Amino acid sequence: MLDLSLPWWGWLLMGAGLVGFIAMLVVSIRRNQGVKRSLFASPYTLWMIIFTVLPVILIGYYAFTDMNGNFTLDNFRNFWDSNYESNKVIMQAMGEAGAAYVSRGTVNVDTLVYSLWMAFKCTAICLIAGYPAALFMADRNMKLGPTLVVLFIIPMWMNFLLRTIAWMSLLEDSGLINSFLRKLGFDGVQLMYNSNAVLLGMVYNFLPFMVFPIYTVLNKMDFRLSEAAADLGCNSWQTLYKVVMPLSIPGVISGITMVFMPSVTTFFIPRMLGGGNTMMFGDLIESKFLVEGNWNVGSALSLIMMVLILISLSILRKADPNGEGGGIA
Amino acid sequence: MKKILSVLLLLVLLLPAYALADEVVNVFNWEDYIDEAVLEQFTAETGIKVNYMNFTTVEDMIVQVEANPGAFDLCFPSDYIIERMIKKDMLAEINFDNVPNANQTIPYLQNPAYDPDNKYSVPYLWGTVGILYNTTKVDDPVTSWDILWNPKYASNVFMLDSIRDSMGITLKHLGFSLNTHDIPSIMAAKQKLIEQKQSGIVKAYQVDETKDKMVAGEAALAVVWSGDAQYAIDLNADLAYAVPEEGSNVWVDGMVIPKDAKNKENAEKLIDFLCRPEIAKANCEYVRYACPNAGAIELMGEVYTSNPVQNAPEELLNKCEFFHDIEPAFLSIYEAMWMEVKNTK
Repeated sequence: MLDLSLPWWGWLLMGAGLVGFIAMLVVSIRRNQGVKRSLFASPYTLWMIIFTVLPVILIGYYAFTDMNGNFTLDNFRNFWDSNYESNKVIMQAMGEAGAAYVSRGTVNVDTLVYSLWMAFKCTAICLIAGYPAALFMADRNMKLGPTLVVLFIIPMWMNFLLRTIAWMSLLEDSGLINSFLRKLGFDGVQLMYNSNAVLLGMVYNFLPFMVFPIYTVLNKMDFRLSEAAADLGCNSWQTLYKVVMPLSIPGVISGITMVFMPSVTTFFIPRMLGGGNTMMFGDLIESKFLVEGNWNVGSALSLIMMVLILISLSILRKADPNGEGGGIA
Repeated sequence: MKKILSVLLLLVLLLPAYALADEVVNVFNWEDYIDEAVLEQFTAETGIKVNYMNFTTVEDMIVQVEANPGAFDLCFPSDYIIERMIKKDMLAEINFDNVPNANQTIPYLQNPAYDPDNKYSVPYLWGTVGILYNTTKVDDPVTSWDILWNPKYASNVFMLDSIRDSMGITLKHLGFSLNTHDIPSIMAAKQKLIEQKQSGIVKAYQVDETKDKMVAGEAALAVVWSGDAQYAIDLNADLAYAVPEEGSNVWVDGMVIPKDAKNKENAEKLIDFLCRPEIAKANCEYVRYACPNAGAIELMGEVYTSNPVQNAPEELLNKCEFFHDIEPAFLSIYEAMWMEVKNTK
């Protein structure tokens, strides 16, 4: 089941991909785009094919096949009813009497809804906290602006796993914050092992992805526009509300996308800061692959997640059709 | 000049032949699961070079062995994986004439359930699953799994984030076998675990983090493997370990030779070497799990026999069970029920 050997048509597909790649190269050279230009693009194209297109094809293959490689839709039924497989086994083993032990499992759907809700909260908090930060950083009258930018970047030099583990040693019952509280004579509080700690970890990790796109847009903005608004009688709130904010929309859209996407797919943070009490969709997919060794259902869940992300991207794209905020959406 | 060249050429041609003649044994073991000095001693004594490779989960190991026939001569899988490998006809019978030291195995582990005729495996290390508790935070006697359901320890219990182990101890607590195929029993265990989570007793479901957190005093009680317990107790004297009276899981990591091993005799030599009492003692003292070797236990003496973590009493062990390999279709029930437990809010 974990065997990566492909059926004949899998190899055919890969061969077709390779032929397609060479054809693309030839066509682009023929179309007078110049040999040099086409050759420059080829490493990236090859990279995309090997590490993006092929894996997506493989995920699709696993999602629509069973363990023996036959076509099936069971993996998606499994998404809707997480007990789908086990119910079948129960009915087989117990016959009529099994009906009492059969029920629809809501694990996958619940986890997806919970993940979306957490991602929504995380994005909202990042936006509310990140927008003022970006304003400060882009403000030409603030001497601290560039320093703030550096302070935002420095933690990103460290791997996010390490940063999350560092949060653990702060929030633990025997951690720094609680030890300090106890020294002052207070009772300790349980800060970790719940979904608020997970949310904190997510906001901490993804906040820079909100701040920087907004900062970039604001930084590029012609500051004479706000001067003009002031000349025409706007007070500073009105300038912000009527001039700066509308102009920063592309950055906000880009920020929302860049926070929302990794938030929905978050894993590891719930296990570390949430103590495994609450699963997110990323954890669920991970456990399908690594614990249960069920690549087929794991792939189906990944596919559902990808489709959801694509849908939300296309909605956001409507709000920023020219891709001014970095064109992520 | 020509002469020198031709001699050099001859040497180059002969080199691969010498390399082939070099005796090797390809070993596939858990990470950090042996005193490496022992391997050097083996090479020094026999001239057999040891290629040492690691795996992190047994599921991963069995996949690797299946995918690369002939790549491994000696593997260290757990009991139920040995059972699965025997079922799949993946193992070679060990020629015990080459492994005289195998008779050092303690009686409890001779003819184990996973290898009933004792043909394919020799125990390497073993242990139990039990409760690690902080004596400054727990004043009740830890004699039953029931303490993990005691509301007094709300938000003070670490459970294992592992399907078979957590379902297994709950089944044991309810008086069932941890290998049960009886669906109502599995449902009862699920209900019990959901009840435990809903009453807020569980602080976290985790695996590797537990031992260090227990050392730091993060929780009162935790379900752990005996080796992790020993590690934690070594670092924090307030901690103690108990295997509840209802019985628990007892497990063995054995040494087996895959059917297509290229250096079977060398593997047998290494098994024999690892069963030598002094060597088994060195490994046991390094890894801190329980030792299956009577000679080594004698060498370690009181330090070992008076330690309840490593040396569980016989009558308790008789209530414990090995995991049996549950076929994938039926295992899906265990997996689905565990997911429902994890999904409980």
